[in-house]
Amino acid sequence: MITLPSVLLLSGVLFALSVAGIFLNRKNVIILLMCIELMLLAVNFNFIAFARQLGDIDGQVFVFFILTVAAAESAIGLAILVVLFRERRSINVSELDSMKG
Amino acid sequence: MTIVNILFYLFSAILIGSAIGVITARNPVHAALWLVFSFFNSAVLWLLLEAEFLAIVLVLVYVGAVMVLFLFVVMMLDINLVQMRQGFTKYAPIGLVVAAIVIAEIGSVVWVKKLGLTNIGDVAPLPAEYSNTKALGQLLYSDYIYPFELAAVILLVAIVAAIILTMRKRSGLKPQDISAQVAVRAKDRVRIVKMKAEGKEP
Repeated sequence: MITLPSVLLLSGVLFALSVAGIFLNRKNVIILLMCIELMLLAVNFNFIAFARQLGDIDGQVFVFFILTVAAAESAIGLAILVVLFRERRSINVSELDSMKG
Repeated sequence: MTIVNILFYLFSAILIGSAIGVITARNPVHAALWLVFSFFNSAVLWLLLEAEFLAIVLVLVYVGAVMVLFLFVVMMLDINLVQMRQGFTKYAPIGLVVAAIVIAEIGSVVWVKKLGLTNIGDVAPLPAEYSNTKALGQLLYSDYIYPFELAAVILLVAIVAAIILTMRKRSGLKPQDISAQVAVRAKDRVRIVKMKAEGKEP
């Protein structure tokens, strides 16, 4: 029997690893996008675990919507990345300072 | 310790190992492949958690579409890997500290506070004739029909945005101009000349 705390801890470890990945790979936009995907996966684990624990399938509907939004987000993010590389010949985050923000 | 428990811990360990592979891979292609592997493991775990439809959707949509898109982009770009790896060891301590803090916070919520739930862990398995896809579909097309339509609109906007962002005008091409083709009239193209008939005089 899979208990709720073990699933929650698994998703917590997954989320912490993706946060650490954002700190480690702060130059590479592609790996940053992958870390965001991993974060959304960890959140989905929480939704599915609670949907099963509470016997309420609405949590799985929310996972469905999160998957939709994540797919749209990665498609637009990668399109921006391609345009960025075409303009600057680089995807280094530390070089993206032309707006002086 | 049932077989479900053993499978859960096995695939959780593989999932965490592949997540470590994603964040430490030297090559972005390897990171993308590790991410594919972690999505497969997550799909197995979701099957164990009785979310069958979402497990299949995860494999089809994420592994089949999103990660292929990632791999396309990674292979299309010419990335300076040495420059990208600068600062990796410099920022490793702060990354590990933040990760440890996040794990400690979630662990304290899960294990110490117990979330206020009294019956943690004794969920009866769903009956064999229960269809996860059918239940999800009935909910999605009745209670959640308006968010469902909004999700479709979001996907449409994403398609349009991705195409507009990456489309570029190149000089030297001879594309088809449909509106110009449709707007053409016969008098622009054909010149009718009135003249007397020519022929041999009888």
